[in-house]
Amino acid sequence: MPSPAIELVGVTKRFLTPSGTAYTALRDLNVAIGIGEFCAVVGPTGCGKSTTLALISGLEPPSEGEVVVGGVAVRGVGKEVGYVFQTDAVFPWKNVLDNVATGPRFRGVARADAEGRAREWIARVGLAGFERYYPHQLSGGMRKRAALAQTLINEPRILLMDEPFSALDVQTRTLMENELLQLWSATRSSVVFVTHDLEEAIALADRVVVLTAGPGTVKGIYPVSLPRPRNVAEIRFQPQFARIYEEIWNDLRDEVLLSYERSKRSLA
Amino acid sequence: MSALSAASRNAALRPDEATGEAARARARLNRRLVVNGLRILFAVVVLGSWELGTAAGWIDPFFYGRPSGVANQLRIWLFEGTAQGPLWQQIATTLEEATLGFLIGVGLGVIFGVALGRVRLLADVFAPYIKALNAMPRVVLGSIFIITIGYNIWSKVALAVVLVFFVVFFNAFQGVREVDRVLLANARILGASERQLSTHVIFPSALSWILASLHTSFGFALVGAVVGEYLGAIKGIGLVIATAQATFNPNGVFAAMFLLAVVALAAEVLLTRLEDRLVRWRPNTITDVTI
Ligand SMILES: Nc1ncnc2c1ncn2[C@@H]1O[C@H](COP(=O)(O)OP(=O)(O)O)[C@@H](O)[C@H]1O
Ligand SMILES: [Mg+2]
Repeated sequence: MPSPAIELVGVTKRFLTPSGTAYTALRDLNVAIGIGEFCAVVGPTGCGKSTTLALISGLEPPSEGEVVVGGVAVRGVGKEVGYVFQTDAVFPWKNVLDNVATGPRFRGVARADAEGRAREWIARVGLAGFERYYPHQLSGGMRKRAALAQTLINEPRILLMDEPFSALDVQTRTLMENELLQLWSATRSSVVFVTHDLEEAIALADRVVVLTAGPGTVKGIYPVSLPRPRNVAEIRFQPQFARIYEEIWNDLRDEVLLSYERSKRSLA
Repeated sequence: MSALSAASRNAALRPDEATGEAARARARLNRRLVVNGLRILFAVVVLGSWELGTAAGWIDPFFYGRPSGVANQLRIWLFEGTAQGPLWQQIATTLEEATLGFLIGVGLGVIFGVALGRVRLLADVFAPYIKALNAMPRVVLGSIFIITIGYNIWSKVALAVVLVFFVVFFNAFQGVREVDRVLLANARILGASERQLSTHVIFPSALSWILASLHTSFGFALVGAVVGEYLGAIKGIGLVIATAQATFNPNGVFAAMFLLAVVALAAEVLLTRLEDRLVRWRPNTITDVTI
């Protein structure tokens, strides 16, 4: 078996809280993600999903353990990683064209070439005609498309996505999930897709990793053996989908309830 | 208004909505007429009661001047020149000092603000000094500048620089500190070098803070120039004011104030244009409340 694209080995992440104590966000996390694999990560709010992505991207160092990408231990932000953030991260002072061209420009591509490639990617995510628009002139879904193009134009071998569609309405969301699968199948990069929506996780992924309520660690890993290419809008009605959903939900439910009880107690 | 939302609004127009649109446009026009009418009325009432008050003997024009006297003074300056020479020379001198002081002060303020905002060590080292300098009434530096630099324009420029610097500095510093962390992370992932982080993320993000400070800054630059001239100069509106004061000519003081107000308003218009050009990406939600 070839070495995995991403490997988290005994990873623990602690943050310093404002009161000066250490807060453990992730504890002894062990996951390996294969080359070209689409892996979804689910878990209750605050269990450390975003933190996991930050560690893989190299934006944050682990407190213990090691993050290995492409066989090399991660030290800082690498060139192979694309990251679609949970909140809006397109630059508000750049129009769509400049936003999408940013990556190549940073990496030393000449302006004309970068803009040519940006136009292709803008068309590919369905934003043709909006090159000169600024982010505030776009809808939330269009901004996400711009963010997707901005990330994919770098052709990352590792694609990290943090609840990218959670702020979108259901229709837009299903559309974009399908488009993502299409774009991904053309690149075959390794994807870590964080979501709190189990249906979305199963519809998209080859495997679903369930994390425990904080501090997060792996509760279970489930293969999703649904055939590809998939249509996200229809796959939910397959009997196999329901079986997988039930299996994972049995595991996830306890963690969600635990997390919910805790948040209720901390509010009380 | 964005072209996008304007387009979608027009596309969705039904006949009854179209007439509604026309009615709204009429209402806007009416409102503008009312506002401008009231503005003129306000000026007429204030100036009129001032003039009538002096005519009736309630206000002593020897101390408080009178509008007709101020207008007469302006006419004399305009056609016969001031005691210091032609009026335009006085205005040009003050404007030159203020503009130079403004540009240098803004430049230094931005450079230091961005540097200290980005480099924690610099901020920690210089914070107490900057706070101390800022707490000082900096106008007193004017006297020092006149002694060390002399009666030429540069002592006034220096005073304007000092006044402008702190306003811009604090805004640039704050702007850099307020940069969205997600945008920084995104730029890093996309491959930005430290320098590209500054030019593509930190500076544009701080720019709206910096531009907001420019409005107050030009006012400060004008204060620096005029106070400097007042303390000692060969030309300039500040000197005109000092001369008017020395000859017990309140009309002269008011006339000079009027000129300064015109200059400041013109600068304000230019700065607003500049701001609109530079931050075109920003949703223009605040235009409604600017005066
Ligand atoms: N920079 C940080 N400093 C302190 N605590 C943090 C930081 N980032 C995340 N945390 C904490 O770590 C936990 C996990 O956060 P996160 O990974 O964002 O959760 P999720 O994405 O699963 O909702 C949360 O309790 C959060 O408060
Ligand atoms: Mg999160």
